[in-house]
Amino acid sequence: MTYFLQQSLNALQLGSIYALIALGYTLVYGVLRLINFAHGDLFMVGAFLSLVAGSLLGLPAGVVFVLAVLGTAVLAVLIERVAYRPLRDAPRVSAVITALACGLILEHVVLLISPYPQHVPPLFRVTNFSLGGVVISSLQILIVGIALVLMCGLDWIFRRSLLGIAMRAIAKDMKTLPLIGVPVNRVVAAAFLLGGGLGGAAGMMYGQAYPVIEPYMGIMVGWKAFIAAVVGGIGNIRGAMLGGYILGTVEIAVVAFFPSTYRDFVAFTLLVVLLIVRPTGLLGVEEVQKV
Amino acid sequence: MMRVPSAAILWRRHRTPTLAGLILLGAMLSFGIPRFGLINEYWQFILITIGINVILALALNLVNGFMGEFSVGHAGFMAAGAYIAAMGTSRWFPADPALVFPFAVILGGLGASVLGLVIAILAFKTSGDYLAIVTLAFLMIVKSVLENIDAVGGPRGLLGIVPLTTLPWVCGWVLLSIWVIRNLVYSRFGRGIMAVREDVVAANLVGVHTREVKILAFVVSAFFTGVAGGLFAHLLQFINPRMFDIIKSTEMLVMVYLGGMGSIAGSILGASVFTVMMELLRPLAAWRMVVMPLILVLLMLFRPRGIMGLTELACFKPREELPTPPAALPPAALPPVP
Repeated sequence: MTYFLQQSLNALQLGSIYALIALGYTLVYGVLRLINFAHGDLFMVGAFLSLVAGSLLGLPAGVVFVLAVLGTAVLAVLIERVAYRPLRDAPRVSAVITALACGLILEHVVLLISPYPQHVPPLFRVTNFSLGGVVISSLQILIVGIALVLMCGLDWIFRRSLLGIAMRAIAKDMKTLPLIGVPVNRVVAAAFLLGGGLGGAAGMMYGQAYPVIEPYMGIMVGWKAFIAAVVGGIGNIRGAMLGGYILGTVEIAVVAFFPSTYRDFVAFTLLVVLLIVRPTGLLGVEEVQKV
Repeated sequence: MMRVPSAAILWRRHRTPTLAGLILLGAMLSFGIPRFGLINEYWQFILITIGINVILALALNLVNGFMGEFSVGHAGFMAAGAYIAAMGTSRWFPADPALVFPFAVILGGLGASVLGLVIAILAFKTSGDYLAIVTLAFLMIVKSVLENIDAVGGPRGLLGIVPLTTLPWVCGWVLLSIWVIRNLVYSRFGRGIMAVREDVVAANLVGVHTREVKILAFVVSAFFTGVAGGLFAHLLQFINPRMFDIIKSTEMLVMVYLGGMGSIAGSILGASVFTVMMELLRPLAAWRMVVMPLILVLLMLFRPRGIMGLTELACFKPREELPTPPAALPPAALPPVP
């Protein structure tokens, strides 16, 4: 039982990180119907920013967090401005290709700076609490707590605020919105800002929880988070959170009960089965195609 | 004034002899270059790589370009083809690899297409971004399975594959894949493929069996990807599961979209330009992988539809779709003398 609870905690921690990244994918997709393939690499940049700010500059944890979030958010907006916005009227795949290319650029620029995997020193003293045999670290509480706060905030923005309404409106009809005075470009930039920021936060958390980071780590984690977004129903904020936690749970469960080399195999097979049973994801709504 | 006939019209007039001549020239060069050492081995290697990449790009273009679906898992089919073919020549029939090689490559292609069939049946319950996910998951599953089978070397990979991929073989396979895919695309069936791209619902309404069309196109695409994998394995002499990851799929996507979706000439151009560009950028060392995507972004910004766009060179179009040559004009009648 304690083993089970311990693993559930690990699942919660991993799931929070996946959910934060998945939100970045789903936010951009929900607004632009674009898969931002560079998002996984933004997450990686977030991890490296936290490393630079934390151990090279020696800043305190809170400042590092803000820097990582701001840095990746600004980078996301920059990428949108340079590589996606000019292609908004082009075929969808052109933006996909620039997205993939931006991801490659980010990976290899970081690779130039840091050719080897880097160890991330902890930013604060982690204390462990024991609760009936289950060990909970303050880091786990922080990660899950911050992730939940960020997610609830985003959910509120998307559902209730004027910005969120504008975002959902853009997803419905981008052509007529400027006519009623919605600054489309600024709203899209805001979506990238929020998504990138969440990715950066996830990157910093990942660095603290699994303290070896390398330039290619964004590929695998990013794609997995993307899958989490799709499982939840892409474009759906709550779906992305649900998907993230499901993916985290599945991965931890596989590692807990099988050899760890089967992790990806089992995780992905389950996801395929899930998608075949529910092709639009768990919370997704089927779009009716009009001729 | 004499009208200068356009290239398309010229092509229509002299199609068969030109085609035969070009194929003959290609065959002669592919045999002659290694035989007489016309270019050094490095450039031969690049030529072979271009050939393999052309097959990959053509195959992926069938699904992603002509049919408008989005598969990111084609590296998985390539891995299947590479592993099956390599096992064929180096483990199952090691007695005479050179004799087994063509069959092993075909077997690799068939193995990949069987996988393609399974994936297609599962995946085409969904479409669009969800298809991307199913194919992506497939790629991960293939990689994970290969890493867990000791008989194929697990994560270490398969070593000691005999170098059998020569220029003539690659040239032959390139021609075959161009021929098959070109004829498929312009067949009745191929019209169905393009109808799926334009509008699935409408295609259904006019009687296209969209599900069958999608599955068959996917299987053909998987076959040629597997073949390319077999050739790739016998070129490098060493394969491991990490070679066939998402980066490989990304490369294929880049070649297709760089050349232009739904264009055979585009795929050939895209694969060639991409391969040569990667080689030319080699002196930049680590900067190469920064400069290459940068060039790609710039290209997309200025030519969002790729080099060829959705257009096709005249030489790949069927005769009926070319402009007709102008009929010889009768000599202009002289104005009547009053």
